[in-house]
Amino acid sequence: MRESVRLTVDGRAVLAEAGVTVAAALWNAGVLGLRRSVGGEARGVLCAMGICYECRVGIDGVPHRRACMELVADGMVIGTGAAAPDVPRPASRVPERVSVEADVAVIGAGPAGVAAACRAAESGARTLLLDDAAASGGQIHRRLPGQPPPEAARSWLERLERSGAQRIAGATVAEARREGEGFVLLADCGGAALAVTARRVILATGARELFLPFPGWTLPGVLGAGGAQALAKGGASLAGRIAVVAGSGPLLLAVAAHLAKAGAEVALVAEQAPLGALAIFGSALALAPGKLLEAARYRAAFSDTPFRTGAWIAEARGTDRVERVVVEDGSGRFEIPCDLAAVAHGLVPNTELARLLGCGTESGAVRVEAQQETTVPGVFAAGETCGVAGIDVAIAEGEIAGLAAAGRDASAAPPLLRARARGRSLARRMARAFRPRAELRRLARPDTVVCRCEDARLASIAACGAAREAKLAARAGMGPCQGRVCAPALEFLFGWDSDTVRPPARPVPLGHLAREETT
Amino acid sequence: MPTDAIVVGAGVVGAACAEALAAAGLSVTVLESRFAAGGATAAAMGHLVVMDDSEAQFALTRLSRDLWTRRAGEMPPGCEDERTGTLWIAATEDELALVGNKAAFYRERGVDVAELDGGALAREEPNLRPGLAGALLVPDDRVVYPPNAARWLLSRAAARGARLVEGAEVSAIHGRRVATRTGDLEAACVVNATGAAAPLLTPGLPVAPRKGHLVITDRYPGFCRRQLVELGYLRSAHGASNESVAFNLQPRATGQMLLGSSREFAGFDASIRPAIRARMVLRALEYAPALAALSAIRTWTGFRPATPDNLPLIGAWPETPGLFVATGHEGLGITTALGTARLVADAVLGRTSPIDPAPYRPTRAFPGAAHA
Ligand SMILES: Cc1cc2nc3c(=O)[nH]c(=O)nc-3n(C[C@H](O)[C@H](O)[C@H](O)COP(=O)(O)OP(=O)(O)OC[C@H]3O[C@@H](n4cnc5c(N)ncnc54)[C@H](O)[C@@H]3O)c2cc1C
Ligand SMILES: Cc1cc2nc3c(=O)[nH]c(=O)nc-3n(C[C@H](O)[C@H](O)[C@H](O)COP(=O)(O)OP(=O)(O)OC[C@H]3O[C@@H](n4cnc5c(N)ncnc54)[C@H](O)[C@@H]3O)c2cc1C
Repeated sequence: MRESVRLTVDGRAVLAEAGVTVAAALWNAGVLGLRRSVGGEARGVLCAMGICYECRVGIDGVPHRRACMELVADGMVIGTGAAAPDVPRPASRVPERVSVEADVAVIGAGPAGVAAACRAAESGARTLLLDDAAASGGQIHRRLPGQPPPEAARSWLERLERSGAQRIAGATVAEARREGEGFVLLADCGGAALAVTARRVILATGARELFLPFPGWTLPGVLGAGGAQALAKGGASLAGRIAVVAGSGPLLLAVAAHLAKAGAEVALVAEQAPLGALAIFGSALALAPGKLLEAARYRAAFSDTPFRTGAWIAEARGTDRVERVVVEDGSGRFEIPCDLAAVAHGLVPNTELARLLGCGTESGAVRVEAQQETTVPGVFAAGETCGVAGIDVAIAEGEIAGLAAAGRDASAAPPLLRARARGRSLARRMARAFRPRAELRRLARPDTVVCRCEDARLASIAACGAAREAKLAARAGMGPCQGRVCAPALEFLFGWDSDTVRPPARPVPLGHLAREETT
Repeated sequence: MPTDAIVVGAGVVGAACAEALAAAGLSVTVLESRFAAGGATAAAMGHLVVMDDSEAQFALTRLSRDLWTRRAGEMPPGCEDERTGTLWIAATEDELALVGNKAAFYRERGVDVAELDGGALAREEPNLRPGLAGALLVPDDRVVYPPNAARWLLSRAAARGARLVEGAEVSAIHGRRVATRTGDLEAACVVNATGAAAPLLTPGLPVAPRKGHLVITDRYPGFCRRQLVELGYLRSAHGASNESVAFNLQPRATGQMLLGSSREFAGFDASIRPAIRARMVLRALEYAPALAALSAIRTWTGFRPATPDNLPLIGAWPETPGLFVATGHEGLGITTALGTARLVADAVLGRTSPIDPAPYRPTRAFPGAAHA
């Protein structure tokens, strides 16, 4: 065990392991309800990767801090629910503003962004790599700062070290726009404003999980699948907890394996896709032996756990946290007691910054041509932001984008092009196999919260005719996550396109908007 | 189905007109090109405020605010109606002298006000910077959530038989007949309430879009209690300069802080301009530096339908018999929607209005039209 730090949580002294996230420390202390929703419900961690803003707590007198992104520090004072401050303590200092220039600015330090930054820097471009998270690696290699990267990420991260690319961790990019010949980015860096001027931009912002509403999905202890994994990676202890993993996609197996390894008892893995669809996908996998091995390995890690296809969570129950889930399989319903439900229906590309820049999208992903250039000249995109296709594609696209943004021709690198093509075609089959079934549209009841930021319920949203109208009339998508959680759900439920993105794409201190030298 | 009145545009002004006409017993059809309350009405702050720039502006804003106040109890919670009051803030002693004049103006006309010195202001709003000279409090001003207030007016109109057709763009108004994609519609009278777009249907109306930026924050209940406006606001609102900003901070019922405001003539380009937004935020930080630490979650723009003399255009458009106009409300259309509706219904029905309608007549002379 690492050394301990002393926290004060709602007036109570709490010991936490040094270096973990605030969300993990609170989880370990048995505090699952982190904030009171607009309607007064307890809410806890959902995405655990900084995008849903459900885990907002007060930290050292400042409200609305993301518990999943902040790390504990000795003496930290945390307020949850009604104990969180309403208004920040008057700032002791004016926020600083730092300006940086680069030839190539890469947003997102997942596999795609790291590969892009390596290639761009190695090609001689002054390269800057920005990420919201405290340590590079992205979702798959998420870790705490100071922890050694997993084996699979090490060679790329060492290469990044050598490449000369400048890295800024904990930088949340909130705005991006064209300015003259280049681009301007505005980020928040732990309360300081960071302004980046770059000739080229590479968007490698990855994906988030697709959350579909069902009764009880807002109870603390109901997390995303990757969310539960990320919470554990952030230092949450799962020893002895009973978990149900449900939803859709290959990620479920990886998550179940991870939770089991972290000491959880995985009571069930429920995949909503029918066995038949998976069998077709399985034969596609046979063409990609690496993937098959991976799946077998995950399966071995929780071989005692029942794995059901064609089954999904219809409801979560509990008073102030999840106590059991109701699972449905088309022929009946049964209940499973649990401490944790890890639920997601696949991934949704993060396209907000791309859309702010005016980049075209298609089926919810950023559109790119052969060199990974978007419809906006000078802006490139790579990895899951261009569509969900796994780590190999992310790396290949990152490399291509990095080369191209540095002015080199990536078509001189056929292995990269082949890796990309192979991966993208597999991804298309995967998306079909794991498509959420129609029954999931009927889970939410009229009083089920759909927009968690604003507690907008299904009935009030269903009375509208489009996402923008639902936003104006029912407040769906008006909160700090800016529709990242509910907009994809509304698209699934009603077929609505999401409303236009308005800056800032991420919440940012108002003071950061006060200094813009240019037009 | 025959109809007595067609209202074109379902912003707050069209909604209020529809309600007033329906209340008078007319059968009303509202034609809206997109969806109700999605235009300027969806972008506005929703400050219901009595203004003193001119006698005419005062008369209409005062009548309107009092009409809103009278109906406050009827509004559903989604309208987020609150009696926040307005604090007109004087930064310097010179400005404080103007507060005295302003107070006298309101008092003479029966509007409740209170003068605050620097100390009283600091106690009233602790998040304002120390050292401000004072303020004028207008306690009966209110705040609503405009899109839902407009929807509520439409629902009241519907309860009296009015019909709302969304997705029905009017391509032309020919007297008592309007043309839409699905055919023509006739009525005894037509009201052009299409906001900044009004001149497209009624050429010659002196209305131009005046763009404004707003920024909203996450929820910080209690950061301020009143709508806070710098005393120099009118300089920005009515000044001749093409581009201006003023400190205007509104506490929403949600606990969010809504920050305005900027003004510029830029056609219908809705894009966000970081430079003018920065000026606006800087201006706000001069009054309330603690704002710097609040999380901003969204910026947007909207188009105020502006006129050369800062007064709306309300009444008959004699060139086209049967046509009435209700537009040009600039930055006060949420407030003045109810008074406007009253004037429109009176004009349609030949009734006498509670205030003199002449200053708002669309055909009035516009002296020294400095208008772009
Ligand atoms: C929650 C989750 C868990 C996953 N777990 C696994 C797993 O166990 N096994 C597996 O094979 N695959 C997993 N995946 C899929 C895997 O992430 C992808 O296959 C692939 O690695 C994507 O790489 P990427 O570089 O495109 O994106 P990511 O790895 O998602 O990286 C994107 C990065 O961009 C950053 N970012 C986004 N927006 C901003 C912004 N505005 N400002 C600053 N930084 C920003 C994020 O912090 C993130 O680090 C997971 C995905 C998710 C979403
Ligand atoms: C930033 C900002 C802040 C503001 N703050 C305040 C405030 O605090 N207090 C206040 O009182 N006022 C405020 N205002 C002013 C207020 O928003 C406007 O004066 C008011 O909304 C005008 O209402 P309207 O109904 O005339 O226009 P709109 O709301 O624009 O409605 C016009 C409607 O007509 C429709 N339409 C257009 N053309 C056609 C056609 N051909 N056929 C059919 N339909 C058509 C449009 O789609 C639209 O729905 C603010 C405005 C802005 C921009």
